[in-house]
Amino acid sequence: MAKLIMSADDSGSIRQMVTFTLKQNGYDVIEAVDGRDALNKLSTQKVDMLLTDLNMPNMDGIGLIKGVRAGTLNKFIPIVMLTTESNDTRKAEGKAAGATGWIVKPFKPEQLIAVIKKVLG
Amino acid sequence: MMEQAIATYREEAGELLAELETSLLDLEETPDDNDLINRVFRAMHTIKGSGAMFGFEEIATFTHEVETVFDMVRNGKMTVTKRLLDLTLQSRDHITYLLGCAIGEGVDRSAGDEIIAGLRQLVPRPEMPQKGSTEVPAITLPAVSEEELANESTWRIRFRPAPNILLCGTNPISLINELRGLGTAHVVAQFDEIPQLADLVPENLYIYWDIILTTSSGEDAIKDVFIFVEDDCDIKIELIDSSGLIDREEGYKKLGDILVERGDLSPVEMKKVLMLQKRFGELLVEQGIVTPEKVQSALVEQQHVKSVRKERSEAPPAEAAASIRVPAERLDQLINLVGEMVTVQAHLSQVSLAGGYSTFIAISEEVERLTNELRDTALNIRMLPIGSTFSKFKRLVRDLSNELGKEIEMETFGAETELDKTVIEKLNDPLVHIIRNSIDHGIEMPEARRAAGKSPVGKVYLGAEHSGDSVLVTIRDDGAGLDRDTIRAKAVERGLLSATADVSDREIYAQIFAPGFSTAAKVTSVSGRGVGMDVVKRGIEGLRGSIAVDSVRGTGTTITLKIPLTLAIIDSLLVKIGKDHFVLPLAAVEECIELTSDDVKNSHGRNLANVRGAIVPYIPLRQHFQITDQRPEIEQIVIADIHGTKVGFVVDSVVGEHQTVIKSLGKVYRDVKGISGATILGDGTVALILDMNVLLQNIEQMENS
Repeated sequence: MAKLIMSADDSGSIRQMVTFTLKQNGYDVIEAVDGRDALNKLSTQKVDMLLTDLNMPNMDGIGLIKGVRAGTLNKFIPIVMLTTESNDTRKAEGKAAGATGWIVKPFKPEQLIAVIKKVLG
Repeated sequence: MMEQAIATYREEAGELLAELETSLLDLEETPDDNDLINRVFRAMHTIKGSGAMFGFEEIATFTHEVETVFDMVRNGKMTVTKRLLDLTLQSRDHITYLLGCAIGEGVDRSAGDEIIAGLRQLVPRPEMPQKGSTEVPAITLPAVSEEELANESTWRIRFRPAPNILLCGTNPISLINELRGLGTAHVVAQFDEIPQLADLVPENLYIYWDIILTTSSGEDAIKDVFIFVEDDCDIKIELIDSSGLIDREEGYKKLGDILVERGDLSPVEMKKVLMLQKRFGELLVEQGIVTPEKVQSALVEQQHVKSVRKERSEAPPAEAAASIRVPAERLDQLINLVGEMVTVQAHLSQVSLAGGYSTFIAISEEVERLTNELRDTALNIRMLPIGSTFSKFKRLVRDLSNELGKEIEMETFGAETELDKTVIEKLNDPLVHIIRNSIDHGIEMPEARRAAGKSPVGKVYLGAEHSGDSVLVTIRDDGAGLDRDTIRAKAVERGLLSATADVSDREIYAQIFAPGFSTAAKVTSVSGRGVGMDVVKRGIEGLRGSIAVDSVRGTGTTITLKIPLTLAIIDSLLVKIGKDHFVLPLAAVEECIELTSDDVKNSHGRNLANVRGAIVPYIPLRQHFQITDQRPEIEQIVIADIHGTKVGFVVDSVVGEHQTVIKSLGKVYRDVKGISGATILGDGTVALILDMNVLLQNIEQMENS
């Protein structure tokens, strides 16, 4: 069965690009427009992985990661954050919050898939 | 969305490439135009950048190389040369090809690699002044990667994850599986840190792993596996064995040493247990010093490295690296040494035969056999496929046909045919001239072709094939063919032929190679000045090759170049005149016949011999070289085929076939006509190598004047 990945990003074009890339590689995707939306959906929907942007309105990526780890349904899923190269402190924050890995923007679709394959095992 | 984006990118890149080509061609006119250089750079940059984002990995990597070079040009570190423009134009074509390939599909990198190699050669090396630096063709690419590949190493990895690793969504088993993917791995899990049930936190992980991994990937690849967890896990990576190590014994360390090295056992404890004279591992476990898992892990390491070392000592070392790069000059040196060796071996054979001592003769024959093998192998090393030259001509054809308003396709065959590297290099100019001629004079305009009932698209075929110890390079077009009568008239007008002479078509066609010969009514930018074919002929003769022209009016022309495989050592015929030895290249020799003094008398002073009914002119070399001692009763004529014409060379006697190591003549003798070099015979005497083409021309000129 295809693995289900949640993609949380406030930028529609990035979401579209990520969704396209994931679907092309045989994954199922659900989208969320910000941290709060994502956390809401994840409270009832079991997924195999979360892919989240860090800078989002309403609830940012760090808050989302903490929320997921504090929950039950998706507590142990791999979480990959999208960061920018210049932002090492944010990366460390995300790790401390419980992120599994990260992808530095801009990235190529292959890199995205490589990281997803790595954390999904 | 992605597909739309990709389609847009393809379109955009196509436009950029078209613009790029125009800029490059303009740059050829004005190589110093910074505006143009910048335009080229920007186009490359955009193609690279967007390509990367939309998955055109190949384009991004390849374009990056070209961009780098143009960055240097932009910064004044390099100048625009014709070679650079050629390579960049080729790059443009390569990118076009890459654009056409579907993402993720395999692509043919060979053309790209060649271009990159070419570009890197152009880049001035900072540590060396550009002038006077020794050229090392195609060698500057990183040789490191191949070395790395050949270097298989064994690593001992202890991966002790942070207890809360599961809470970060990391699956340690998938990391271990990733390690397995790098090579051969043995994994032993360690359980000694699992606490009593009462103290156990179910969300925590208490197991850690020992992994013995043999891989050709480096340490970085191993570290990359742990990239997301390296900060909060305890990861120890140690190199314990490498194929690069000098110490290549088959065995491996003792169990105790391994455990001490890992820090699982102290040296003092080891000594104590050793005193007990039992199996060490069992003792350790019995005494509770080390857990059974740790002993097992160390035993696994021992076994793993032992088997890796055994495999390595059994496998031929060459298997690791399928090819190595060597500077061309080292190969030249090798060929030179082999040449010397062939000469010495000839001497050895001669002396051993003269001595008549049978054991000695047997040894010398063995040496002769080995030397021949060594020679063939050494010469083979320098062989390259001719295809690399072919690809250049496709553009030439395209550019010229555009310029002339003709539609021409080029087809090639036999690109894999191998020729000596130096020969290939020297073949380039003659081929350019011939192909230009075919396009300009040979192929007709599309209307004319239609009127003649041919396809409006003309064809030029370029091919190569082996033929004995030569390679035949054929350039064929399906154009108008040569105009026999016009060529003849022109040749007569220029005094190259007599008006009444009865000559074959081939001989008439051969006139196009005369200096300054042109039947073109007007001079175009492409050809018509009558210099090209003369250059071709000299070029090919410089390679000890020959040219033949066949043509059918209205159907097309075929030019065949016969090129010897190599320039360093040739098969030849050793002959004798008086006391002197001479060498004739065997490739052109057809047969040897006798010439008796009666024959000479019967021919009434004309140097003509009757060879099975055909009249063959001959050159008495004795007279030509003014050798004055007694002429033998029966002489020999060596009949050779020179550009399709049979000519005899009269010598005193034919000694036999000879492996000739070509030595060039010194400066003083370089201009002597008819002698192309010299060789040293077995007894140390020097024999001159005759250039039959030039000898024939010389004598023709002397007779005409």
